[in-house]
Amino acid sequence: MVPQDLRYTKEHEWVRIVGNLATVGITGYASEQLGDIVFVELPELGRTVTQFSAVGVIESVKAVSDLFAPVGGEVVEANSELANSPELLNADPFGKGWMLRIRLADAGQVDRLLDAAAYEALTSEG
Amino acid sequence: MAQSHDTPLTTPFASRHAALGARIVEFGGWLMPLQYSGILEEHRAVRARAGLFDLSHMGELFIEGPEAAAGLAYALSTDPGILKVGRAHYSMMLFPEGGILDDLIVYRLGDERFMIVANASNATVVSDALAERLAGWRAVLDDRSLATALVALQGPRAAGILAPLTDVALDGLRYYAIAEGHVAGVPALVARTGYTGEDGFEVFVDVSAAGTVWDALLDAGRAEGVLPVGLGARDTLRLEAGMPLYGNELGPDTTPDEAGLGRVVHFTKEGDFVGRSALEKARADGPRKKLVGLTIQGRGIARHGYPVFSGDRRIGTVTSGTLSPTLGEPVAMAYVTPSEAEPGTIVDVGIRDGRVPAQVVALPFYRRPA
Repeated sequence: MVPQDLRYTKEHEWVRIVGNLATVGITGYASEQLGDIVFVELPELGRTVTQFSAVGVIESVKAVSDLFAPVGGEVVEANSELANSPELLNADPFGKGWMLRIRLADAGQVDRLLDAAAYEALTSEG
Repeated sequence: MAQSHDTPLTTPFASRHAALGARIVEFGGWLMPLQYSGILEEHRAVRARAGLFDLSHMGELFIEGPEAAAGLAYALSTDPGILKVGRAHYSMMLFPEGGILDDLIVYRLGDERFMIVANASNATVVSDALAERLAGWRAVLDDRSLATALVALQGPRAAGILAPLTDVALDGLRYYAIAEGHVAGVPALVARTGYTGEDGFEVFVDVSAAGTVWDALLDAGRAEGVLPVGLGARDTLRLEAGMPLYGNELGPDTTPDEAGLGRVVHFTKEGDFVGRSALEKARADGPRKKLVGLTIQGRGIARHGYPVFSGDRRIGTVTSGTLSPTLGEPVAMAYVTPSEAEPGTIVDVGIRDGRVPAQVVALPFYRRPA
């Protein structure tokens, strides 16, 4: 079960919308698939990102993958703890492993995201 | 003959891997465990205690006959005839043009009997090439890859765990030695070889009884903190130990000298061997590239295929890279032009859009405490 109050992307990011702030991370499914995460590269604060564009990099021991912005807007905060503790993405992907906060440019973009049921259906297909 | 099958092969331990929660990947024509509890945890278990590996995808080729030694000396880069019975050495099969067809271990099981262990991805090619090269020699090749299971127990506690389960005297079994005996009551070949940089053993058994051996080693090992270890940690362990991987550091476009493994070409042996004239010429010409270790000085991991630069000049390519779990820093192996291969040289690795400085260092990155 994934948290029901979040929205999701097909690329396995989650997003929590509070007002016009979107908190972004990767799902437990994603962190498990990647394996031990050892390095995270996040965008600089103040950068404006567009929805579904690659904004960061997540490296596990085995593989590299992109982090895509689930929504467009200005990056207002990044989880600085991940620089020294990237394993938080494995240990607590929906909590302490959060990655970014984006100030939403267009609340309508949220409609393009999956809800929890749709995301669960996606990952249970294997 | 692994590669001739369209559907991947499974080892005798497939159901055990599933029960242990392994993530399975296809590798060299086989379904193999990539990881169980996690690459870092498995890696550390092998360095600190011990790990149990299923390596049944490897190829086991038995060569027997009065001219087995002479035939192998022609077929391989080394001279297996110099091995005493019960000893092994690292060797290569070369292309006539001098490139590497596979790297392998040759074990001498008797005066006229040898076993070659080849990489899974090359097992069929090696078997076919060996059959061809042994034609005309009084030696018979028996490819027992599918009938043989291989279990490795690697790590500082390996000997203590294996000793009560085997009639092979491990104290007398030196590094790169092999003996016939039993493990958990099952007839086995026990070799003190491995691919992790730790002390450890490789146990060859018939597939029919392999489960007994796996279960006995894992059960006995539990109290010692043994974990099952997948191919993911096998790769990070061998990389720290500076050991080459076929397809990354070794291949048809690389000579043993370039890989820093000139010692496995026994030019002094009598008679011709496949690749001799090409390598003699290559040695006279000097290497085109050299394998080096790199420690990455900035943030990011240099991975297979990433470019290496000196200033604006492309000077090489990364062959393997990871975050070293033991050192806690990113390490890599790379081929660079010989003039940039001296330890201490600073180069740049192209990681995505950026350039990250790296220092050339001597291999290995990790050496086990004496």
